[in-house]
Amino acid sequence: MQDAPLSQDKPILAIRDLHLEFHDHGRPEVVVEDLSFELRRAEILGIVGESGSGKSMTALAIAGLLNRHALDCSGTILFDGVDLLHCGRATLRRYQGDEISMIFQEPMTSLDPLQRIGMQVEEALRIHRAELSAAERRKMAIRAMAAAGLPDPEQVYGMYPHELSGGMRQRVMIAAATVLKPQILIADEPTTALDVTTQAQIIALLRTINAEDQTAIVFISHDLSLVRQLCHRVIVMRKGVAVESGASDEVFRNPRHPYTKALVDAIPKVVLER
Amino acid sequence: MVSLRPRALLARVPNRGLFCAGAVITLLVIALVIVGMVWMPYEPTAMSADRLQGVSVAHPLGTDKMGRDILSRVMYGSRITLLVALGTMAIGAGLGILVGAVTGYYGGIVDEVVMRVTDGLFAFPSVLLALVFVSLFGSSTLNVMWALGIAFVPSFARVSRSEVIRCKHLDYVKNARLMGVRDVRVIFVHILPNMRGVLLSNLMIGFNNAVLSEAGLSFLGIGSQPPFASLGQMISEAQEVFFIVPSAVLGPGLVIVLMVLGFSLMGEGLRSEEGRMA
Repeated sequence: MQDAPLSQDKPILAIRDLHLEFHDHGRPEVVVEDLSFELRRAEILGIVGESGSGKSMTALAIAGLLNRHALDCSGTILFDGVDLLHCGRATLRRYQGDEISMIFQEPMTSLDPLQRIGMQVEEALRIHRAELSAAERRKMAIRAMAAAGLPDPEQVYGMYPHELSGGMRQRVMIAAATVLKPQILIADEPTTALDVTTQAQIIALLRTINAEDQTAIVFISHDLSLVRQLCHRVIVMRKGVAVESGASDEVFRNPRHPYTKALVDAIPKVVLER
Repeated sequence: MVSLRPRALLARVPNRGLFCAGAVITLLVIALVIVGMVWMPYEPTAMSADRLQGVSVAHPLGTDKMGRDILSRVMYGSRITLLVALGTMAIGAGLGILVGAVTGYYGGIVDEVVMRVTDGLFAFPSVLLALVFVSLFGSSTLNVMWALGIAFVPSFARVSRSEVIRCKHLDYVKNARLMGVRDVRVIFVHILPNMRGVLLSNLMIGFNNAVLSEAGLSFLGIGSQPPFASLGQMISEAQEVFFIVPSAVLGPGLVIVLMVLGFSLMGEGLRSEEGRMA
């Protein structure tokens, strides 16, 4: 189904001066410093950087998973007119799993070992679409699982996580995260723990979800070649600061900041003889 | 498919030998209690002129100084002791796990306050705490249950708190929260069932402590009151006639040992599971 003219330029998520700071070890530790960016509808935004650059913390902030007791946070994360950084838990829960979803790095530990796959895919439905009957939930879950490329979803529905491979579990995660067709999907290094073949399949799947459901994806990774393939725009982070951002082709072709240059130079290249 | 049939479950117990040995012993004790509910050789409180009899066919464990049949009293006393231990566990583990789960999950100021209070409770030996409780509210089987149960809350609260803190940072718990799952559901559906290994072996250990504490309290004369018997109280009453009727002490003593041994072995058999399951 094709939507009416895509409002490509209207941001659905606006982050202004996001500042995150730990203060529980005596001296303050700045994790994210004055970060501002926008996420537009149906775009794939890459956030790259080394470990400790603050990219995952940014993702958790958007997902509303930060432990606000242990953190000083300032700035705003504006979604649908609501500041996700400062709103109450109840408001947050209304969006979580419905409009904003997240998939994690480790598919092996991201599923509850004691719950059947179907239950876990339906979790969001049970919370946000309580009016649905069990049969309708099952139908939606199986549809989402099929869309996530799980073979034989009817059978997988009744299985437990330990019966599935890493790639299959990541597909289950994606099915669970997209069962309600969220506007924003945050993917925190979703392919790092997978082998290269599976990695390519998951990337293709993310691309399909983006194209078919107009889901905006925040793709967090340290794999630059992957980000270059997948993302429309990219933000390069280092030590909590965004050092460079722009269209991903442009950033990778003409890196301006020395750190980005170093990162791009570090991508292993295969030189073929002509 | 994970099978829930007994055989399949047993296959997952890491130390099956220990577990089965413990289960057999426990079943023996439970059988004694169940038989005692249906049939006892004599009324456990019925006195007779045959006082301080040794082991005989009529009285397999002899009689005490009031001429009451010791086997019947052991059967009855095991029931009381088992009941008190179970009640204690229900109160102690129930409240303790709940307190630990809530404080561990939410953290912050609530955690600090509640944990300092349980630390305070921890500082008293549980038997002493129970003594204070019973002397305040009067001595009865039910009060002993409450007293010991409350004294057991801190140890369960600590264990479950640390387990909840471990579990709440697991990816699938984060994931559930991310789906907008309510805290109560996160705790009861995603966290508690996954703590079962640690909880189960702690329940076994706790049960033993409850049996021993009850016996200790009864020995001191607190708890169910004469003429009703509990095992510890029987030992206490029989100590002065130990050399005349040794079975008056050894009988109830043996049942206490078997009760504790059975649960210890089962707990030990389950415990190695922790190391293996990751």
